[in-house]
Formats: sequence, C-alpha cells, structure tokens
Amino acid sequence: MRSLALEDVTKRFPGVLACDRVSLTVRRGEALALVGENGAGKSTLMNILAGLYQPDEGRILVDGEPVHFRTPADAYARGVGMVHQNFMLVPTMTVAENVALGLRSLHRGFKLDLREARRRVKEVSEHHELPVNPDAFVWQLSVGEQQRVEIVKTLCLGARLLILDEPTSALTPQETDDLLSRLKRMASELSIIFISHKLAEVKALSDRVTILRHGAVVFNGATTHHSTGELAALMTGREVVLPRNESSGTQGKPVLEVRALRVRGERGHRALDGLDLTVRAGEIVGLAGVSGNGQRELADALAGLRHVESGSILLDGEEIAGRSPRAIIERGMGYVPEDRHDEGIVPGLSVVENLVLKDFASPRFSRAGLLDLQAMARNAAALRERFDIRCSSTAVAAGTLSGGNIQKVILARELARAPKALVAVYPTRGVDMGAAEFIHEQLLALRAQSAGVLLVSEELEEIMNLSDRIAVIYRGRIVAVVPARDATREQLGLLMAGVAHG
Amino acid sequence: MDRRFRLAYAGAVISTAALAAAATGALVLGAIGASPWATYAVILTGPLKDLFGATEVLVRAVPLILVALGIAISFRSGILNIGAEGQIQIGILASSAVALALPRLPGAVLLPLCLMAGAAGGALWAGIAGVLRARLDVNEILSTVMLNYIAAQLYTFLLRGPMIDPDELMTGSGTPQSMRLPKAAWLSRLVPGTRLHTGLLLALVLAVLVWLLLWRTTLGYRMRAAGAGRKAARYAGIDVKRSVLVAMLFAGAFAGLAGAVEVSGVHHRAIEAISSGYGFSGIVVALFGGLHPAGIVPAAVFFGLLLVGADMTQRSAGVPANMILVLQGVIILAIVSARMYVANPYARERAARALRRLGLLAAPASPGEVSEG
Repeated sequence: MRSLALEDVTKRFPGVLACDRVSLTVRRGEALALVGENGAGKSTLMNILAGLYQPDEGRILVDGEPVHFRTPADAYARGVGMVHQNFMLVPTMTVAENVALGLRSLHRGFKLDLREARRRVKEVSEHHELPVNPDAFVWQLSVGEQQRVEIVKTLCLGARLLILDEPTSALTPQETDDLLSRLKRMASELSIIFISHKLAEVKALSDRVTILRHGAVVFNGATTHHSTGELAALMTGREVVLPRNESSGTQGKPVLEVRALRVRGERGHRALDGLDLTVRAGEIVGLAGVSGNGQRELADALAGLRHVESGSILLDGEEIAGRSPRAIIERGMGYVPEDRHDEGIVPGLSVVENLVLKDFASPRFSRAGLLDLQAMARNAAALRERFDIRCSSTAVAAGTLSGGNIQKVILARELARAPKALVAVYPTRGVDMGAAEFIHEQLLALRAQSAGVLLVSEELEEIMNLSDRIAVIYRGRIVAVVPARDATREQLGLLMAGVAHG
Repeated sequence: MDRRFRLAYAGAVISTAALAAAATGALVLGAIGASPWATYAVILTGPLKDLFGATEVLVRAVPLILVALGIAISFRSGILNIGAEGQIQIGILASSAVALALPRLPGAVLLPLCLMAGAAGGALWAGIAGVLRARLDVNEILSTVMLNYIAAQLYTFLLRGPMIDPDELMTGSGTPQSMRLPKAAWLSRLVPGTRLHTGLLLALVLAVLVWLLLWRTTLGYRMRAAGAGRKAARYAGIDVKRSVLVAMLFAGAFAGLAGAVEVSGVHHRAIEAISSGYGFSGIVVALFGGLHPAGIVPAAVFFGLLLVGADMTQRSAGVPANMILVLQGVIILAIVSARMYVANPYARERAARALRRLGLLAAPASPGEVSEG
C-alpha cells in the first residue's frame, strides 16, 4: 500500500451526525495524528476504516482505487488493521494462540498450525523491534507488553496501515515513551494513524495532524509548524489554558495526617510500608510516583476500603483507620477513585441517582426511608449546570456519558458534599483538554475553600501545575516532600525512580 | 429515521418473530401428527371461552406474579436466586404446619399468620444462600440449586411421614398429603364457582409495593445500586453484603408466600407437586417482564394462559401437555430475540439501508447535499 484516502465520508447514527464529510490521506512512511475531543468522531471514523462500520456517504481509496470494507477481514486484505483502545486479547491463551485466532490460513480442518504462528510472531517482533514472547500467556503480561502483542498481532494479520486508538491511555509514562519511540521507528516503512488527545505525544510522534471537531475536519497540516497550544485551541475551538496554582494561599491545620501506615496489596505483599504524609487545609499535595508504588492502596486505605495493618490516619484530628467507608464518608472524606467507570459511578443508574450515591439516605434526599425524587432532580439540575455535565437528560444512564462527563459527575457529587479532604486519583486520565481544564479549576476552587486535596497523578505536568507541595512515593513510602515551586522534572523523575533521596 | 419507520420496524420484527415461532411450532406439532391450527386455537382462545377458563388463567398467574416479584428484587440487587422452587416448598410446609397446629384461631388471625409463616419459611431457606454468599462468597446459583434438592426431599419426607394425613394411613391409600387445613386458614373465593381467590388482590397490591420499594425508598435504591455496580456502591459507603442478604430474604419471602397462597387459596392442604415448576417459570416471567412489576403482571397472565391452554390441548386436541412446553420455549425464545432486535439501533439502521437500496424508503434528508442513497 502506498496511500490511503478517505473522501467526504459521512456517518450518521440515530440522532447524531458522527462524521460530516471527512477527508484525509495518509501515505506510506508517514505517521498521521488524528486529534479531537471526546465525541468528535475519531473512533467512528477509524471504525469505518477498519471495516466495522460502513459510511453512509463518501469513499475509501487505497492507492487511488475505491474499496469497500464490509468486515475487518476486508480491511486487513487491503492492509488496514486497527489496535483498539480496549485490548482484544484472550487472557487465558498464549501470545501465539491469540495471533493464530485471526489467521485463517493456519486453520486446516481441526488442525491449527501453532508452529507457523510462533514463527510469524517471532519474525514480526524481531523485524519491528517489538519484543514479545510468543509462549507467554496474555494474563501474565503487563499492560505495556499486551499493547505490544496487539501491535504484533495486527501486523501478523497483514496490516501495513496501523490504526492506533489512544494507545497510551492505559500506559505508565515510561511505557508511553518506549511505545512512542518504537512506533516512530516503525513509521518509516509502514503508515500509522494515531488517535490521541495528548498533544505532547502527537508532537513527539506524528508528521502531520488532522483535527476533528463535532465530526468535521477543522485543521490539517504538518505537526512541526504548530505548537501544542495552537493545536489545543483548534481542537477545542477556543484558547485552552490549564490553570495553575499560583496563589500562595493560607494553609491551615492538618486535615489529613497519615502516620506509619502499613497496608497489604492485592497479592499479599506490603504495598504501604510505614508511610507518613500530611495534607493541610487549603493545600493541594501532589503524590508523584510511578504507578504501582502504593498509590492505589494508599487512596483505598484513606477511604476505608482496604484493611489497615498498622499505623494511623487522622481526618481533621479524628482517627479513621479501621473505620467503615460509610463512617469515613460521613466525617468529610471525598474520593475520586481511579477507575471511574467501575468505582466512581454505577453505570446502569441514571445521572440523577449517581449524583446522590453517597447522600441518598440523608435528610436532604429522603424522609422516613422514602426518596424525595424532586429534591434529587433539583440537585441534579443544579449540579449539571454548575459542573457543565453534558448529557441529553439527567435521566439517562450515567454509563452512557463520555469519560470526561462521567468524571464531572463524580467530581460534582464529591465537591457538592463540601469535603474536608479530597483524594483524587488520576482525575484527568483519558479526558480531553476542555474537561481537564475544568477539573483542574474545580480542584483549585476546593483548595480555596480550605479543603485539603491529595492529588494522585502520573502526569508530572499536572502535579507541578496544581500542587503546593509534592510528595514522591516509592515502594510504599514517601521518599521526599518538596515545595512545588522548587521542584524540577529531573529531580522528581530521579526520586520517582528511587535513585535519589530528598 | 422518523418515528413512523421506527414503529413499522418494531411491528415488522415482532410479527416476523411470532410467525417464525408459530411456523416452528407447527413443524413440531405436524411431526407428531397433530393439527397445528386446532392446537393453536385451543391454547390461545380455549381458556378464554368461559368464565372458569378465564379465572383459571388468573389462578395460575398469582403464584407466578409473587415468585417473579421476589426474583426481580434479587436479580436487581445482583444476586441470582434460582432457588424459588425450594423456597415455595418450605413456604408451603411452614404455612400448613402453622394452620394445622393452631386450628382454633379465628380466620382474621390465623390466615395472616399462615401467610407470614410461609413468607418467613421461604426467607429462611433463601437466607441460607444469602448468608453463604455474603459471608463466604459462595456462588448463589450453586447454593440455591442445591437447596432446591434438599427442600424437595424434605417436602416429600414430611408429607409421607410426620405431616401425612392420619386418614391416609387409616385407609391405607397412603397418598402423600397433609390434613386439610382449617377453613379459617383459607383465602376466600373471588368468583363463586371458580377457584379464583383473593390471593390475586394480594399479588397486585404487592406488585405496587415492590415498585415503591425498588424505586421510591432508600432501601430499594441501596439494593439497586449494589446490584448494578457492586464496586461503586462499596466505594460510596453502601454495605453491599448486607444489601445482598436483604434482597435474598425478600426473594425467599415472596416465593414462600407464593407457596402459602397456593395452599390457602387453591388446594387447602399440602400435596405433592403443588408448585409444578412455578419457581422456575417465575424466573422466566420476571425476566420476560423486564424485572419490573408493571411488566411482570402481564407476563404472568400470559404464562397463565399458556399453562391453562396446555392442559386444555391435552384434553381437547389430543396433544400431550409436554408438547406445549416445547411450544412455550419456542415462543419465549422468539419474543426475547425480537425484543433485542427492536432495541438495537444498528439493526434498525441496516434495515433502513436495505429498504433504501430497494427504493422502498426515501433517502434521509441531509441539508445542502445530494445524496447517493
């Protein structure tokens, strides 16, 4: 394949114009970034290209010749393959078996030629410098390794144009850097379409960028000629300036004091090993660290969701270690959990119901065990307005909203309770810039109301922008606490890697 | 896509499904040499031809409604109770035992006491599975199915042994059944000359109460939240284990009550095969009714119609009742698949596209553009 073009592709879903006469081209040896906010139509467009949807109007051209992709197999036959955001791998099978699943030519009657599958996996992974072990079971692999398996699989199936749908959204910063450099090398002999809304990655990888807004192309040009700021403005249709924590603020007494906390992790290892940390009123403490160093366990322990082996947690001077989640919530702890879809909301309940998930039994929303539906609806209408939650109606199931809007629902629920302390874990992971900007503003507003905020993030940019102090977590302990204004990326990076001590 | 097309689409899918089901059924009936037309006519219209048949449909619907209401509570709370059959039997035993032990109490006291005993028995039996799940994380499908076996044996043992009617032993016929309950424990008849009893009113009132419970109370909210999102509910401070146990107790109470109502309203004594599968049909009714009381009541009446129709075909069309179970299965599969199709916007769009290609449907209006169709 030398080139692939979309011409005036239009796709409608009931009530939505998902793609509005979109045209784009990508040539061999080129990496094209496809950028846009959540709901801009990126994924729909790529699903059309991958043969999952068919366009209502418009054409797809491969090397100038019109083609029709009715199934993903049609797309693969012309060299177009897609790596989906959610991995499509069978965890209980080996890498080679997963690849063989899609290779029809290896299925002969009841026999499956696994040896050939292994050979191809080896060949592709060596050729493209994507190290994977064909005999490893998928469940044994880290997220970054699974990502490589997906790419190898797609290539084994014959893809010469690789579509990657937000490939870095689940990766750690190290894994992201690693993936980007590998993709950069691969782009020299393949074509890559890279969907993202992380503009730093777009700058790092792509040669050209196409920006979608509300289903239509608003920009198309060379990446190098435009700054991330310009791209962000084109993407959102307005100037986006991520807010910074600039006021010195008045920090009060400690609202959250953690002393010598010991907690075991999922696999029985000691995830927190004598952790000390203080968050004061009117302060944002950023918790920086490579994921897997105890962040998750700390956040869960603070919310009463994980057994505390020893140590103490004081919320506003009161011991909460060992208390129930309910008791801790009632004492003023707010929590924005890591997995917003599973832990933050009940996807099947309406937005109205999710907004009172912690307060439905309070006198505000119920009397004598009966729900006050009117009060719940009023609450939802007010929060929808205040937090700019975009949904067709607050009666829709919360799980149908986009990631950014789900996060706003969670934030609205937590902030409306006026917490004394808030633990926010990866609050902007996977949300678009407009939503990230809004969430950052809200966290700063909460700080201004003299609540204490513990911000857990893997993006140093976010931590450095918002925090008053930055605590670095490494292997279940805080190895350093530095004032944010003095912190540098290099210093934090070394601390996170466990190389230096504060 | 306009509203008219959507309605026409839904209508077309449902009639296609109904036709497919009828055709499949006709094949099966033809294979055993019965006339499909006559059989269908008997099933669907036979029960409604006279008052007795029509009331029998409702008599069958009563236990189905009660069981399905309990199933709806448990399924919505994230616990799959397959044990209604066993809970019904324990409910029958408990209510009969109370009625037989206290024969001198007046009806105003004894009847409610019997019904409560039935509910309590069912709740207790379901509670075993509930506690196992909440405390030890034992899969409730496994435990409720096993408890069904135990309940069935316990039921047979008690009716053949300790609870058997002394008359049966004296006459030596030995039919496994209890003594007749005192009249004070009977539910009164709604229509003279039929078996329709006031249990129907109880079931309808409870349907409204279950709707209120699930959607208007904090307890119902808690259970639905825990059922729809276990993790998120826990993160929000809801005690998921407790909610699972409470839901299981409700489900068991409704099944036990169904058993008690069936005894007090229809049979007036505990006999073998009272339940005749209501515990399992109740699950189908609950799912068929969308786990919502407003859907469960009509679904139960529809199932009641099929059950009575099955009895009638055996007598008047010479088709064994077991064949009717096959037809029921086909009909249910067809309707459930049709509903999935109606709800699927992609399938609808494909249909619209196909019609457009055939020139039977106008292309969608798109401003400022000539469509290629």
